[in-house]
Amino acid sequence: MHESILTHARSRYLWVALALCLVSIGLYVWHDPDPVPNGGTWLGYTLGTIGALLIMWLLLFGVRKRSYSTSLGSTRGWLSAHIYLGTALILVALLHCGFQFGWNVHTLALVLMLLVIFSGFFGVYVYLRYPALMTRNRENATRDAMLEEIAEIDQNALALADGIAPEIHAVVLRSIENTRLGGGVWTQLRARDGSDIAIARIRDAIAQRNTQLGAKPAPLKAGQTIIAMVDFLADQADDKQTEALRRLIDMLSRKRSLATRVARDIQYQAIMEIWLYVHVPLSITLLAALLTHILSVFFYW
Amino acid sequence: MAERFRIAIVGSGPGGLSAAARAAERGESHVLLEAEPHLSNTIYRYQKGKYVMDEPGILPLRSPIPFVAGLRETILEAWDESSARLKVNVRHRHEVKSIQRRADGVFDLACTNGAKFEAQAVVLGIGLQGNLRKLGVAGEDLPFVQYQLDDPDAYEGETIVVVGAGDAAIENALALAKQNNVVLINRKDEFSRAKKGNEQAVLKAIEDGVIECYYNSAPERVEALNAGRKPGRMILSTDKGRAQILLDRVIARLGATAPRGFVEACGVTFPSKDPASVPAISPQYESNVKGLYIVGALGGYPLIKQAMNQGYEVVEYITGSVVEPADAPLLKAKFSGLGGFRSVDEALARIQKNVPVLSHITPLQMREFMLDSDIRTPAEGETIFARNDYTNSFYSIVEGEVRIVVEGQAASVVLRRGEFFGEMSLISGRRRSATVVAGRNCILVETPRRSMNRLISSVEAVKREIDRIFIVRAIQSRFAPEATHEQLADMAANATLVRYKAGDNVFQEGEVGDCLHLVRVGSLTISRNIGGKDVVLTYVAAGNYVGEMALLGESRRSATARAAIATETIRLDGDAFKRLLAKIPVLKLRLQKEYRQRTAANLAMQSAPEGGDIISFLMAQGAGEATDILLIDESLCVRCDNCEKACAETHGGTSRLDREAGPTFANVHVPTSCRHCEHPHCMKDCPPDALRRAPNGEVFIADNCIGCGNCERNCPYGVIHMASKPPKKPGLLQWLLFGRGPGPGEAPYDAGIKKDGQAKKAVKCDMCKDQAGGAACVRACPTGAAIRISPEEFPAYAQSRR
Ligand SMILES: Cc1cc2nc3c(=O)[nH]c(=O)nc-3n(C[C@H](O)[C@H](O)[C@H](O)COP(=O)(O)OP(=O)(O)OC[C@H]3O[C@@H](n4cnc5c(N)ncnc54)[C@H](O)[C@@H]3O)c2cc1C
Ligand code: HEM
Ligand code: SF4
Ligand code: SF4
Repeated sequence: MHESILTHARSRYLWVALALCLVSIGLYVWHDPDPVPNGGTWLGYTLGTIGALLIMWLLLFGVRKRSYSTSLGSTRGWLSAHIYLGTALILVALLHCGFQFGWNVHTLALVLMLLVIFSGFFGVYVYLRYPALMTRNRENATRDAMLEEIAEIDQNALALADGIAPEIHAVVLRSIENTRLGGGVWTQLRARDGSDIAIARIRDAIAQRNTQLGAKPAPLKAGQTIIAMVDFLADQADDKQTEALRRLIDMLSRKRSLATRVARDIQYQAIMEIWLYVHVPLSITLLAALLTHILSVFFYW
Repeated sequence: MAERFRIAIVGSGPGGLSAAARAAERGESHVLLEAEPHLSNTIYRYQKGKYVMDEPGILPLRSPIPFVAGLRETILEAWDESSARLKVNVRHRHEVKSIQRRADGVFDLACTNGAKFEAQAVVLGIGLQGNLRKLGVAGEDLPFVQYQLDDPDAYEGETIVVVGAGDAAIENALALAKQNNVVLINRKDEFSRAKKGNEQAVLKAIEDGVIECYYNSAPERVEALNAGRKPGRMILSTDKGRAQILLDRVIARLGATAPRGFVEACGVTFPSKDPASVPAISPQYESNVKGLYIVGALGGYPLIKQAMNQGYEVVEYITGSVVEPADAPLLKAKFSGLGGFRSVDEALARIQKNVPVLSHITPLQMREFMLDSDIRTPAEGETIFARNDYTNSFYSIVEGEVRIVVEGQAASVVLRRGEFFGEMSLISGRRRSATVVAGRNCILVETPRRSMNRLISSVEAVKREIDRIFIVRAIQSRFAPEATHEQLADMAANATLVRYKAGDNVFQEGEVGDCLHLVRVGSLTISRNIGGKDVVLTYVAAGNYVGEMALLGESRRSATARAAIATETIRLDGDAFKRLLAKIPVLKLRLQKEYRQRTAANLAMQSAPEGGDIISFLMAQGAGEATDILLIDESLCVRCDNCEKACAETHGGTSRLDREAGPTFANVHVPTSCRHCEHPHCMKDCPPDALRRAPNGEVFIADNCIGCGNCERNCPYGVIHMASKPPKKPGLLQWLLFGRGPGPGEAPYDAGIKKDGQAKKAVKCDMCKDQAGGAACVRACPTGAAIRISPEEFPAYAQSRR
């Protein structure tokens, strides 16, 4: 049955990671170097080697993820190990340096490593939380289906508006042009789309229309809902176009709810991907820093 | 006045055309009657630019007209050219409507256009496509009424009335609605005949006002108009009265009438009512009507080359020449391993004599049967198939014996010359239930599923015999391996086969139970009414029994058993069963043990009824006929599409799974991906028999696929696509280090290059049978969202998701 990355194989790698931590701590406590623990002692070297190997192996996950025909374990198993052992790395690295920090390349490597790891924590949180949110938001439709429906509503709304009045048509057209889903990273993450503006425009147009018809301008209160507007219409306008306007508003509200869902869908997806754009580049930088760290240790000791 | 010829050939498909060409080459008096204004309508109607394949490759071509694999256009051109060169006497637009044999042995042929012909011999090569069904009302032949649609994009801005409610009508209506005003006429009030996807799409289009639909309506007449903006109108009768539609075009997609009615009217008899059965014909292709010959797809030979060879041979036979059939060398090669081989005919006769179940079939059927079959001479002790293999071929014992090793029993059952085995998996579509080991001097005939099924559906006696043995063996293997045949005879005699449609009740909670059912094909769900709601407790696959509870104590049914898909059971009489229980005390103990386990499992399920909802949901997705299904837990799936990428990367660049499409319930998502059905619908109509089942159960497409698209149409789950092979990609390291080419999971270079002239073949999930590590989609999923499970695991799965 389904197993998550945390529970994979009865959390086997959690135990491996814990064991690694315990052994490291035990050795660290038992080992009493002179003057203080640091990377230069035999334990420091050992933990450093373990840490460096771990980092190399963590980086290899990117390769494993793309080796589709390998029979070397499942990707899920690799990721489960990646997470637990990656976390254990914090301890290994701290014990390796004996809690000695400074303004140098060594500490830079450590900080980079911690950044990578904490971005990883965020990733795990996102992976465990967002999928279910996304499913709920979709209500069994696919994103393409929702986009298609939006496009259809646009078409129908345009046709309907065409029969009402030129200015309404113009408004609907502009609102369609202004609906932009997705867009730049920032827009994706904010989950906004142009629908609110569109509905507001229609509202203005209706008010304007009523003015033209000689009716009193509607006392549009802030926060007035579409439903209230429909009632208002029924009161004020009495020609047969009212019905068409009502339907137009129905359509546009449906569209807005769809657009909101699509925007949220895109947002969720973006969140599930965006952190990797921090995690991976930082881990490459970490690799560079790590190599510099090792080189400088050997050459300038 | 009727024109007179020696040979009249009806239908200019590869079979008929080849016959006419041979007759022309030999200077025989002949006429080729073709309904359409062009030759070979079936091939003419293939998609433009289709690559036509010349399977089976080993069969030599014997015909005066050429045929090698190539583009549809090239082939049709070559046929036009050679039929003109050989001066084939072809009459186009001559649809034959009746063929009668007079007392003097001469045939009268009448065409729908009034033309009449007389001939001494008739060759019928009308294929299986049948005639498109027409509207059947006045105006059905007006120029703007059409029965096919080749290119929906050819029409724009028209009002088009589409008549019909099947897949073809829906697909046409949806495609036309993009740039036309489409009105759909549906005789019923629903679209239940169509595939799920089409049904949903059309209902949505109607709801959105993209397509206007008249339900419960039928055309009354179609008329041409001289005045006004529209060239015609249709008068409709609807349940609310009469309606009129002004229109530019009518497209009626009412399916085709199978040619069988016409063929029967010519006097030809079919062996059974089964639509899959083909008329019995002699080795010279002569039907039961003397002088009336049948070639090509109509006679059960669905490939072009076979049809062409038969066309050639039939003219030889009619004119009295003796030819060895083109397949004789193939048969000879097959029999060469057989000791004491003299001639093909003698060898065929020997097999028929030794194996009684084959004695009922005609010599031509026997040839066909042996062409498809393999002769196997396993060494003593060799395993023929092992328990739990997922093969489905059928074996007849020509010589020697085999041993059937039954699970948990020391002594094995021995089958001897003349008996057969392998029928269980063939019929149930499930894994082998026992291991079979070769005995001494064993000669077997192994027949693939399709040929065997064709034989079963066309020869009643074969079906009866196989069913009889199946029942006895099923009872024995499921209940009482230790019982003798005599002990079981009573129960077998009282057993009957019962069929159920999906959703039918086998029995209902509260009924008095007087029998038990052994599921032979399909599967059941067991449910109980709890608090007014039907709660599914479990799923019962083929090979298991239900209803024993009522016989072991309780007299009333404690639950309802319902067919999850089309299902067949063996109904075992309760009294006979009780008598057997009395005779074999261990049986009672065994049943009671299973009974206790089942009750416990049911109780567990009852306490968590949500699990039952998941089973119901899965069943509604057709999972009841699956053997292995891909499920995605949407609370774990991060939508990275690594599963699809992995599929594409390991399968020539096209993913065979669509992760996003498909329904979701309680976070359980059923993506569009092959379920490896017990009885795969895709196998139904594959001309070269390219759809196969591998020993581990994977349904896959072999290289001899001809790209006809039948399987794509037949799969109800929409998981087969037609695709051509993309160019090779550079390796992972090259991409990573040098940025060469498209990376893993990215689209191949340039999909456009060399599209034409490249064979498009069907592709589908093969469950990574050639991958060392197993299903790539599941292994590639980083979060554990994707799993593959078999229906037996559904109850446990449902419980795990509480
Ligand atoms: C999409 C598709 C792709 C295929 N691809 C391949 C392939 O690549 N390779 C391959 O080997 N096979 C292929 N096949 C199978 C192949 O087309 C058929 O097996 C073959 O055409 C059968 O030939 P036939 O002569 O029996 O009948 P058909 O080819 O069906 O010809 C029958 C002819 O009879 C005419 N006719 C029917 N009724 C009457 C009547 N009453 N009076 C007068 N004329 C009549 C029809 O108009 C037609 O021209 C494919 C089939 C399909 C549907
Ligand atoms: C120094 C330590 C680490 C390094 C070098 C590292 C490196 C990587 C790399 C190279 C990838 C592959 C991304 C890709 O190709 O798409 C990855 C993925 C990932 N890492 Fe790390 N990682 C580290 C630590 C961690 C930690 C501690 C966690 C979690 C607690 C973590 C969680 C993840 C997750 C969830 C993924 C995404 C899997 C996917 O969707 O493909 N990482 N990491
Ligand atoms: S392709 Fe379709 S019909 Fe064939 S086994 Fe798969 S799901 Fe079943
Ligand atoms: S690989 Fe797994 S997580 Fe990624 S899309 Fe497929 S099922 Fe979802």
